[in-house]
Amino acid sequence: VGEVKSRSRMAPSAVFWLVLGGLYFFIPLLTTFLFSLKSNQTGTCCTAGNYSWVIHNGLFWHSLKISFLLALETIAISLVLFVPTIYWVHLKVPKLRPVLGFLALIPFVVPPIVMVVGLLKFYKGSPSWFYGQPWGFLAGAYVILAFPYMFFSLDAGFRSIDVHTLTEASQSLGASWTTTLFKVILPNIRAAALAGSFLALAIVMGEYTIANLAAFHTFPIFIQYVNETQGFPAGALTLLSFGITWAAMGSLLLVGRKRGARAATIVGAR
Amino acid sequence: LFHHPYVDAYWGSIKLSLITSAIGGIVGLFIAYAALREGTPKWIRSTLTTFSGVAANFGGIPLAFAFIATLGPLGVLTVFLKNQLGFDLGAHGFSLFSMTGIGLAYLYFQLPLMILVIAPAIDGLRKEWREASANLGASQLQFWRYVGVPVLMPSILGAMILLFGNSFAAYATAYGINSGANLITIFIGSYYSGNVLNNPHLAQAMAFGMFVVLAVMMVVYIPLQRRAARWAK
Repeated sequence: VGEVKSRSRMAPSAVFWLVLGGLYFFIPLLTTFLFSLKSNQTGTCCTAGNYSWVIHNGLFWHSLKISFLLALETIAISLVLFVPTIYWVHLKVPKLRPVLGFLALIPFVVPPIVMVVGLLKFYKGSPSWFYGQPWGFLAGAYVILAFPYMFFSLDAGFRSIDVHTLTEASQSLGASWTTTLFKVILPNIRAAALAGSFLALAIVMGEYTIANLAAFHTFPIFIQYVNETQGFPAGALTLLSFGITWAAMGSLLLVGRKRGARAATIVGAR
Repeated sequence: LFHHPYVDAYWGSIKLSLITSAIGGIVGLFIAYAALREGTPKWIRSTLTTFSGVAANFGGIPLAFAFIATLGPLGVLTVFLKNQLGFDLGAHGFSLFSMTGIGLAYLYFQLPLMILVIAPAIDGLRKEWREASANLGASQLQFWRYVGVPVLMPSILGAMILLFGNSFAAYATAYGINSGANLITIFIGSYYSGNVLNNPHLAQAMAFGMFVVLAVMMVVYIPLQRRAARWAK
């Protein structure tokens, strides 16, 4: 009788690959941290000067505020547009679901650099309150960019509930469409909507390509500006940006424990 | 568009994407398998998934800077290797600003993406198949040769195509490391908004060219996706 192999021991090759992967992922973070502790004047270790430089920098707060407000605007527009749409599609025209799914793949496949070139060309000559303001043009572009993530989150959320029964029950009790949507449907897809929102937040806070070509001063543009002109403080900003991604993904996992929030978790800030 | 610098830039982008998707795909596969296989504690698996989710999203300018701080001429690792171990990366022909350097940075989002995409497929390798092949007298190697790899192949290729598109479309990371890199996305960026080379129409043409490459990629991807779905329940 052959012996059953012990299952509690890890295979040596597994250890090798995991250690290799771990080193590759953690070394850049560790070195960025060490880098951020160096003095901007002398280049020697160790000072928290770069962090205080960041905190006392008006441009930092300004760009962070723009990016954050943009993220909130993108999330608000996306939810207002997509929640009723996807609800309607699930309820009345399920045939359109694959069509929406296909449309949602397009922003995922078309690179941001290609998209921004097309959008800038298309909207050239539109009124300046739209074209010249981050709240107009950039928010619009980000809604498109966030569409796949919103769609796949919300779609999974709607699939996990019984849309027909809920709607019929609510209507036979005399509720109007708005009451049904706000009091019955929304609470049931809350986790999915939150998941989509956190993904949108991560996208907008890290998006560089579109903001750069459309010449708006968002947070990633500020990081690049510091990166080019100052050196060491950029390390502090990089870690902060990593922290934002980490927070958004962490929140996503927390809401993901609830039902219906399983969704695509890869966003595109490359 | 079919002239000297543009063809080179397309070729540069395609080469970089092929190499990073191949390396990222293969190494990512091994890491994912190492984390998912029997014997590896459960917490490693959940940590890896969470971390991959974060790292796959950590792209662009911050990533570029993290690599400049690590392997740039003044990077912490470069200086450490030189002063403590007497190993001069620059003298051995490594530069972060070269294609190798950019590729190394790209792997930071390519590897985790591969891990995220391939993990469900590896989970789909059912234990019964391995037991069945062992019962029929197959060795580990034979199992992989005749069962494991053929079943996973469509998923692996599909995932690699995703990685290809992912790195083909990348702009901010390369721009942050070397704003003069010979990549098509950098070309489009500088022709569109550059001070010296301002030619938006050419940028539009180049953008359309990228779109064609990606459309071809999708045409290959969709049938692979169908085949990969065959073994999913």
